[in-house]
Amino acid sequence: MSGSLSLRRVRKSFGAVDVIRDVSFDIRDGGFTVFVGPSGCGKSTLLRMICGLETVSAGEIAIGGDVVNHVPAARRGLAMVFQSYALYPHMTVFQNMAFGLENIATPKPEIERRVAEAARMLKLDTYLQRKPTALSGGQRQRVAIGRAIVREPRIFLFDEPLSNLDAELRVGMRAELTDLHRRLGTTMVYVTHDQTEAMTMADTIVVLRAGHVEQVGAPLELYNNPCNLFVAGFIGSPRMNFLDGVSVGQGAVEVSGIGRFETLATELPAGGRATIGIRPEHIRLDDTIGGRVSDAGGNRVSDAGGNRVSDAGGNHVSGTVAGVEQLGGLSYLRLASPDVTVQIAGQTGLGYGDAVSVHLPPAAIHVFDADGLAVGRRSP
Amino acid sequence: MTPLTTLFGVVMNLPERPMRWAQGRLREGRLGWVFVAPNLAVFALFSFLPVAIDIYYALTGGTALLPSERPYVGAENFSSLLVCDNYFDADSCRRDVFWHGIWNTLRFVVFQVGLMLSLSLVTALVLNRKIIGRGFFRAAFFYPVLLSPVVVALIWKWILQREGVLNAGFASVGAAPVNWLLDANWAFFWSVFVSIWAHMGFYTLILLAGLQAIPAEVHEAASMDATPPFRHFRKITLPLLMPNLLVVLVLGLIRAVQMFDEVYVLTGGGPGTATTFIVQYIYKTGFADQVRQYGLAAAASLLLAFVLLGLTLVQLKGMRRGA
Amino acid sequence: MAPSVLTAQRGRYAWDWTDWAAHLYLLAGVVLMFGPIAWLGLSSLKSETGLNLFPPTFLPYEQATVDAGERGKLRLFKVTEGDHQGETLAELRRIGRQAQLIDPAHPETIIRRPGAAREPVMQVRAAVENYSGLFSQFNFLRYFWNSGFITVVATLLTLLVNSMAAFGLSKYRFQGREPVFLLMLATLMIPPTIVLVPNYLIATELGLTNSLWGVIWPAVATPTGVFLLRQYMLTLPDELIEAARMDNASEWRIYWRIILPLSAPALAVLAIFSVMWRWNEFLWPMVVLSRSEVYTLPLALNSFQGELTTQWNYLLAMTVVTLVPITVIFAILQKHITQGIASAGVK
Repeated sequence: MSGSLSLRRVRKSFGAVDVIRDVSFDIRDGGFTVFVGPSGCGKSTLLRMICGLETVSAGEIAIGGDVVNHVPAARRGLAMVFQSYALYPHMTVFQNMAFGLENIATPKPEIERRVAEAARMLKLDTYLQRKPTALSGGQRQRVAIGRAIVREPRIFLFDEPLSNLDAELRVGMRAELTDLHRRLGTTMVYVTHDQTEAMTMADTIVVLRAGHVEQVGAPLELYNNPCNLFVAGFIGSPRMNFLDGVSVGQGAVEVSGIGRFETLATELPAGGRATIGIRPEHIRLDDTIGGRVSDAGGNRVSDAGGNRVSDAGGNHVSGTVAGVEQLGGLSYLRLASPDVTVQIAGQTGLGYGDAVSVHLPPAAIHVFDADGLAVGRRSP
Repeated sequence: MTPLTTLFGVVMNLPERPMRWAQGRLREGRLGWVFVAPNLAVFALFSFLPVAIDIYYALTGGTALLPSERPYVGAENFSSLLVCDNYFDADSCRRDVFWHGIWNTLRFVVFQVGLMLSLSLVTALVLNRKIIGRGFFRAAFFYPVLLSPVVVALIWKWILQREGVLNAGFASVGAAPVNWLLDANWAFFWSVFVSIWAHMGFYTLILLAGLQAIPAEVHEAASMDATPPFRHFRKITLPLLMPNLLVVLVLGLIRAVQMFDEVYVLTGGGPGTATTFIVQYIYKTGFADQVRQYGLAAAASLLLAFVLLGLTLVQLKGMRRGA
Repeated sequence: MAPSVLTAQRGRYAWDWTDWAAHLYLLAGVVLMFGPIAWLGLSSLKSETGLNLFPPTFLPYEQATVDAGERGKLRLFKVTEGDHQGETLAELRRIGRQAQLIDPAHPETIIRRPGAAREPVMQVRAAVENYSGLFSQFNFLRYFWNSGFITVVATLLTLLVNSMAAFGLSKYRFQGREPVFLLMLATLMIPPTIVLVPNYLIATELGLTNSLWGVIWPAVATPTGVFLLRQYMLTLPDELIEAARMDNASEWRIYWRIILPLSAPALAVLAIFSVMWRWNEFLWPMVVLSRSEVYTLPLALNSFQGELTTQWNYLLAMTVVTLVPITVIFAILQKHITQGIASAGVK
């Protein structure tokens, strides 16, 4: 039973409202695919259509090559882990996991074998006789996963399964899920609004917005080559800095009140509106200009290096520090005019009101045309 | 317990196959109808259809039970019920018992609902204080609500007997015994009294729940403002309790208009017609008289239904405003 | 009632007079509520002679008797004047104004005394024969069984039928769902008293008169029950049903393995209501059940009290037996019942 999944021109509308418009993509057997997008983008609806809890208005959904549009949820060979876990509160952990197998009249010994195996895998052995209310959030999560595992599905579907856990537990569960995927080797489709989860777990990310697929690709591909403004802004944290300007030809973009930036997007025609984007870690802090000087030596060395390389292209901007976030290992400087965030390795002595000069290396600059589409560039 | 649970499991598994079959043939939504159907069928048979038959009966005469054997008489049943020489003198009406029933019911509703709600409110307010053993008191006031009306009537009938404990009490202070249930005024008084005794616990409970739903902060804020107690009650407690009071009032009215069981067993509607209410008239005309006049009973039912419909609409409106 | 008693003031430390007044009021209320019931209980233990005493005694008194062998049970008297004054003698028989008495210690000598010169010896004794007589002299077990059968079967059917409807109305989206729900609520406006006559016709046509099913069927669909259960089921997450569907459960299995167990609190409230309704129901059974072998307890009680020579000793005992099951249920489930009713706002 192949766990490949393909969507062909899938649409969904509730009355006059189109929730999913013309979505097509393929997922290979054994992959870990994450649907990510802001709330209301239709990612959960898409997942529910795949699992059969919502009907498909138009288009085809195929699992393992068979079109399943009219196959009831239970017969699609899928298992779903719900956001709220949807554990049956009146049943013990064992009964929760066994319920689905009992429904298809699985022999008792087989049920016990499978539940025991799943419980061992998820370290739930000692909780089998407890009710869900007597479990912690993480344990409930594992029961929900266990309930999916015992059914030995072709595809696992996860609907924002970590959103009810606290931050620390979430990081742990992320790793556990990735481990589980490696061990089982089954196709997994995972929905989240959290791009960090998408980046850390997926081998393929599907970015959705307003019922459209914006981009499909491996995490780093999306990070390095976002195909439009939305993906560029959505993937990566803190988000990419954007400056709106006008194309003046030969890849140069004039941002009014800030200056002129050279980029590698030479095919950008002159005269149109354009937006440049650069990730915080790609902006280099120039050595000094007035104000206080950073005491973190290492910082300065790397900055200096960056400066020297791109000095020729210009792309230097000065601004004042509007805020500093010190994370210990890294620091973020928030500048006012231009409104950009700069990531610095290590710690910094800069503070509010300090004047700084930064450099935007042309090779690190993403350029988007008036429609928000990326204009071709080499990956850095 | 185990064989019983097993039996239950087996019985409840029986519909599995037919339901699976229906599930395979109907779309998900339609299956809702399958679940609703049994309940709807019973309603149709014993609530909706009877209303239609009621109308038919009311427009036909004779004493036959079968609709096909009943001659059409138009509005005669209604006019027979409603014609009076003097509407303030029931004896001048063609159906004097019906009109006695109306007047008695009206009188009963005014006294019973008025007194019962006042008492319930006071009791609820008292119970809402810091009371030792509140749960016990609440239960004690509520307990008679659960008793069968016949039991309630017999309990009081035994007390009110001519040689009963109440007359004994009177005798011990030298008073003459009274025939409590054979005197028109006393019989009416005891009808009101016993029905309040039996039902006030319910209204107390609802009002108490309403009082306890008022956030303590509101009372505390009023206390901080040094509100005098009576003003506190009138300006804070009473307005906040208003939605509950309205619900309770209409509920009480609906029940009082339909009063039958307790009073019927206690007094039989007597002496004379002193405690004969509308529902007893319907019962008597349709089922207890020598000649069963179903048409008259149905017509009286419909008139009563209009009153109840009006009250229910008021209740729905009140509930919506309260919500 | 003084104004300050009317306001809710909690959390005081010292008792003032309003606290005393409040507790006194409640105690008086308890006496008024329980007093008549206690009086019923005490009276039901009195023998026929005890019941006829006026003024009534508090405890069940009856005339003491002595077992005099082949002469049977003889009533004891205390002689108040003459030779045997102060002695307790048993009455053999009474002829005219003369009473023939014997001393229980010397039964062979017959003493003749004027009937007026003696008074009965009274003793406290619970007349349990009032209760045992219910079984030997009346068709009491039959009435009890009838009431019990109606109550249990109607309640089970009510729970089943109403919960199915509530499930359909709360968890499926189908055309006409809202009208159906409103229609069901509208039956609240059609109380049984209104449709007494037509229902009698329908019961007759269906052959349900003088059958316990004639009381059961019209009662199994209740607007209150549907409303109560639907509101509760709306709070159960739809994801549970979806999870069960993914788990290959049929819709029926979802209903009875997932939804029904989870609705237990609301079902319990409805079960209590239903038991109360059916056990106490009077007017409809009176119309539909006219033969005494199908009488329920309330009907039996009513018919006995209507008879010319009311046998109060049995009637009182039967009344007590009628209220005992409800009382036991209330005693056990008091908290749930009061809370359930307060939250549902219905009866």
